Amino acid sequence: MISLEGIHKHYTSDSRRLHVLKGVNLSIDDGEMVSIMGSSGSGKSTLLNILGLLDTYDQGAYQLGDTAISAGLSEVKAAQLRNRFIGFVFQSFNLLPFKSALENVALPLYYQKIGRKARNYRAEKLLDLVGLGERTKNMPNELSGGQKQRVAIARALITDPRMVLADEPTGALDSATTDDVMAVFKEVHRTGKTIVIVTHEHDIAEQTERLILLKDGQVER
Amino acid sequence: MWDMDRWQEIGHTLSRHKLRTGLTAFGVFWGIFMLVLLLGAGNSLKQGAIDRFSGNTNTLYIWIGSPTQYAYKGFAKGRRVDWNIDARDMLRKKLEGAQTVVEINELGGWQAEQYIVHGKRSGTFVARGTHPEVAINSGYAPIKGRFVNANDYAQKRKVAVLGVEVYKQIFEPNEDPVGQSIKIAGIHFMIIGVYQSVIASENSYRDDSRILIPNSTLRTAFNQTEYIGSLRIKPKNGVSAAEVEEQALTLLKEYYYVHPQDTTAFGYYNTEKNYMKVVALFNGLNAFSWFVALGTLLAGVIGVGNIMLIVVKEKTREIGLRKALGATRGSIVGLIIQEALVITALAGYIGLVTGVAVLELFAVLLIKFDIPGFGVPSIDFTTAILALVLLIISGLLATLLPAHKAAAVNPITALQDD
Repeated sequence: MISLEGIHKHYTSDSRRLHVLKGVNLSIDDGEMVSIMGSSGSGKSTLLNILGLLDTYDQGAYQLGDTAISAGLSEVKAAQLRNRFIGFVFQSFNLLPFKSALENVALPLYYQKIGRKARNYRAEKLLDLVGLGERTKNMPNELSGGQKQRVAIARALITDPRMVLADEPTGALDSATTDDVMAVFKEVHRTGKTIVIVTHEHDIAEQTERLILLKDGQVER
Repeated sequence: MWDMDRWQEIGHTLSRHKLRTGLTAFGVFWGIFMLVLLLGAGNSLKQGAIDRFSGNTNTLYIWIGSPTQYAYKGFAKGRRVDWNIDARDMLRKKLEGAQTVVEINELGGWQAEQYIVHGKRSGTFVARGTHPEVAINSGYAPIKGRFVNANDYAQKRKVAVLGVEVYKQIFEPNEDPVGQSIKIAGIHFMIIGVYQSVIASENSYRDDSRILIPNSTLRTAFNQTEYIGSLRIKPKNGVSAAEVEEQALTLLKEYYYVHPQDTTAFGYYNTEKNYMKVVALFNGLNAFSWFVALGTLLAGVIGVGNIMLIVVKEKTREIGLRKALGATRGSIVGLIIQEALVITALAGYIGLVTGVAVLELFAVLLIKFDIPGFGVPSIDFTTAILALVLLIISGLLATLLPAHKAAAVNPITALQDD
């Protein structure tokens, strides 16, 4: 289970101290598929960054499964935990343009010092899972938007993470492709993965099991 | 450990901007190339200058100079010192720092040419008296027969060693001169060998155009028993010629009643002084070469650092993504450093090899066209290694700032670029 208790986060901008998260309480069960919505400035990106260990919090408690994430988590430790427990899917895919689909998917395993053969074997399996088994050697510029996002999903899954965090994963896609990508997420969810999707699209949120609404740095419901 | 993925990425980054990579690498290449070339050229000039000493790097020559400058101990000013063989014998007894003191005479006076006859061929050449040890200390090597030995000198044998240019002029090509006779100023001498200067220099032709005979023979056969032309003093090992020069001049002034302050009565030439001047000059030139070349190299390395800053800027998003996927600061820094080192080490190595190849080419041309005044242009192994080590260290230093910037990339900011 993932739980946040009384999470506060401040930023300083132009010598003004902004209180972005004001005591966020949140719990997500293992294997749950949830969406986070909120208006601009509600703190949803900050919340996602804290959940994804890309940012630290100032006050509160964060429990990621059996691991307690401290407020002053070191950069090295955060990198290790991200690599082991969290998979990321971004709106703009963020695939490395000079690596093939297979190499992009395998990249997180490189940072676990896993050998090339083993990395490629697992990457091939995952590309099969997302329906791109025939496209392993394609470069990102040879793939459509939906295919790129499926490669990104495969990359997020390759370390067998506890949780997949998706930041506006369908924001750059047309409606038909959005359906394809959401179908992949649902398929992944069926395998028991916890999925958190940040979105501003209601029809995407409706496809998840639970909607978490953020307003003014607090969870409204 | 060999990391294929990292090398692939480095190859990709470098090949994506071929012109930029090429120009950056050229800066480093040029720096190390210039370093090798300047040091090699400096060594060549230095060796050429040193060769002119023909091995005489610590020898003192004394001869009779101008009339005396001062009246002294009853002798009037303006007297020309009339020295003789006693001067040699006195110095042999009293000059503590000397290993050898020998007199050198030339037939007919200094550099006077003599009519030399061999059969129907003849020519005019300088005939100089010599000593067995002169061959060792003057850079002469016998190319036929032998040099004057101690027995020749002691027994005042009428033997002669021809300079190679003399041999060419008065003998048929391929004719063996050893054992044949020549006439010097009407007296027959048996040829025992032909010599050639060991080191080619602009003085080689002059040195190789002499006839050397035992000085004892010259003095006896040509009525110069008491006369000496000049004295050649070789200091003992570890003793400087400058020290011996001062002692010898003091002793000679005392012996011939010359005022101690007189600076012209005796002429002298100290090869060590000139040798040290030449060495100091070329050491200075060497230091200047290092300064210029290191400056060029520094500019090249700064170029690498600058390009790496641009690379980091371009790769900000990629670095952010890698961090989000689990890359540590160490792996990011390692990637940037490795990339810069590939450029510096590869370009530097090519510069080093090209520089050495150009020096080799110059060496071949110098030998082919027999250009005097230069030694073989080369740099020693230690210098080459030092240059490479300097290159690698400066490459590392140039990468510190870009690597630090790369390590400091915040994945949140980087991934929000869009």
